Amino acid sequence: MSSKKRILTCLVLLVAVIGFAGCKKKTPPNTGTAPSLSGPAPTAQLTATPTTITAGDQVVLSWRTTDANSISIDGIGDVPSAGVKTVTPTESTSYHLVARGEGGSADATARVTVNAAQNAVAVPNDMSSSNLTEEEQFKASVQDIFFDYDSYEVRSDAQGALSKSAAYLAQHANIKVLIGGYCDERGSNEYNLTLGQSRANSAKQALVQAGIAADRIRVVSYGKEKPFCSESTEECWQQNRRAGFSIDR
Amino acid sequence: MMIGLRTLPRPLAGILSFCLLSSVIPALHAQDQVHTGIGLPTNQHIRLAAADFKPVGNDPQTPQLKTVFDATLFNDLTNAGVFDMVSKSMIPTGTPGSPQEINLAQWAADPANASMVALGALAANGGRLSVSGWVLDAKNPGSPQVLGKKYEDNASQDNARAIAHRFADDIIARLSGLNGIAETKIYFVSARTGTKEIWMMDYDGQNPKIVTRLGSTSLSPRISPDNTRLAFSSIGKEGWTIRMYSLELGRMVAFPAGIAGGSNFSPAWSGDGARIAFSSSRTGDPAIWVADSTGGNLHKITSFHGGHDVSPTWNPKTNTQIAWVSGRTGLPQIYTMDADGANIQRVTDGGYAISPSWSPNGQFLAFSWNRKYGPGAPGGQDIYVIDLASRRWLQLTHDAGSNDFPSWSPDGRHLVFQREIGHQSELWTMLADGTEQHQLTHSGKDSMPNWSWK
Repeated sequence: MSSKKRILTCLVLLVAVIGFAGCKKKTPPNTGTAPSLSGPAPTAQLTATPTTITAGDQVVLSWRTTDANSISIDGIGDVPSAGVKTVTPTESTSYHLVARGEGGSADATARVTVNAAQNAVAVPNDMSSSNLTEEEQFKASVQDIFFDYDSYEVRSDAQGALSKSAAYLAQHANIKVLIGGYCDERGSNEYNLTLGQSRANSAKQALVQAGIAADRIRVVSYGKEKPFCSESTEECWQQNRRAGFSIDR
Repeated sequence: MMIGLRTLPRPLAGILSFCLLSSVIPALHAQDQVHTGIGLPTNQHIRLAAADFKPVGNDPQTPQLKTVFDATLFNDLTNAGVFDMVSKSMIPTGTPGSPQEINLAQWAADPANASMVALGALAANGGRLSVSGWVLDAKNPGSPQVLGKKYEDNASQDNARAIAHRFADDIIARLSGLNGIAETKIYFVSARTGTKEIWMMDYDGQNPKIVTRLGSTSLSPRISPDNTRLAFSSIGKEGWTIRMYSLELGRMVAFPAGIAGGSNFSPAWSGDGARIAFSSSRTGDPAIWVADSTGGNLHKITSFHGGHDVSPTWNPKTNTQIAWVSGRTGLPQIYTMDADGANIQRVTDGGYAISPSWSPNGQFLAFSWNRKYGPGAPGGQDIYVIDLASRRWLQLTHDAGSNDFPSWSPDGRHLVFQREIGHQSELWTMLADGTEQHQLTHSGKDSMPNWSWK
């Protein structure tokens, strides 16, 4: 019933939205060549034009990768090995692309700074505005939270994001949430899977305490199996110590 | 004496007691009691020469199979860690194909100076491979034969390797009293196909084969004590579940206890194959649960808020104790408990300690430890062995990558482990005292090894 409604909504939005719609069926990863034992390391480039906009303006994301068979952009999902997409971020956003291939993975980030609209009347501020897909609204309203090293306690700097997420989910009672728990590369796969589980559980508990029904939220741990970046730096480790939110379809 | 030799990995016991006693011992190998032989002092490696086998007949397959056989046999005997192998460059010329064709005095003399000689003949004939092998005591020319064996199978490189492994294990059993490991397998995780699947290979890294093709992420393979079933964890539409693969049937089989909600990780077989312990978060925090290996009689045995209990391993000697990893005091540490959850004891005193593997004789835990773990700390993740009775430990790897997931060989004298350098993860083996480290895989994508039981 609700999935039929969602499909209908998607169809309507598909017509309305230029470019790839968020609820479009995901493009299968490019699997043209037989897997080899090892291959050249993938490369990835991602640019955003322009890099500074006023809320409501459009940004063109353009990317190119090599030697990758699985490419995804955070918040957009799986994408072809090269392409262009128009997005309308409502606040400053770092678009993050990960390209995985036989020879490893590569990632690229493009930062878009969004300035507050000068004319509040002219710019639609309403999240349910019909020029955003459900996916885009969700991504703008329900943002990932980050954790300290070897910790699964929700940090004080995540409270604002969680409150905003809870408010959005309260307004959109049909949406179910999948929370993924992620860890940095250090330590064992097995122990990190339990730590990621606890991170996802902590984020779930925070939403439940804010009034969201527990049965709308599913958690899964990815441990260090699906990193957002792969550099051995504190900056990247912090990126990977997170609870990530997505619509549970 | 033989019983004692089978139950104790003496190189390790020797080194641990060396640390313990801090006594002045001229050389570590003087404490090494593993190596015994026929009419030889027990404190020396047997000096063994392996002659290249004599090719018989003119079947075109013979030369290639002979090359594979010779290399495999020499490698097996070297890996065993009980022989002082005579370098191929020092052995007499010529390839004796039988005891009647060898001049033993030449092999007993310098530079070979062999105490024992392995030799034989190999022939491919009409698609069949036949190998005759002997071991002769070079210091007992009057009655030299110690071992004589004949093997046959279809002619293939895999079978040439398999026969070499069997002959090596027969030699090791005859000369040292130990059960050899040349016929054992190693199960592991590999991302060679793009997703992490369970793979298997021979103990020496040869003959790798993919086992599962689930296309998701599969981790933590553990082979059953009868070597017929493989338990592992895999992510699917129900989240992380414990899955079971039958090597006899060549397909997945049911393990109902491994599903039911939450995340389920790191299965471990009891030594009698009757039970499986694993980590599950189905009722909240990840805890250790135990089920019958058929999937019934499931119960939770640890309960600690924020415990992060994972990576159980049974004492395979008694099946009454489990060691595991818990983050209940902060960074993960190794603990032991009775199989009903009672009598919890902490084993490690700090740092970041993970991935315990209980030795076949019940005496030791091998595990991975970063003793100075922390942001910016200089510590490395290395393999250690701890003697549970004395709590004395020994560091086996040093200054080489990040090392994890040690797993004991069934003879309790070797370990296989994962070594990651610059995001390239490979499998290595070593003797249980840290010597003889050898790289087994070269794909850069191999991890989480588990050694078969026999």
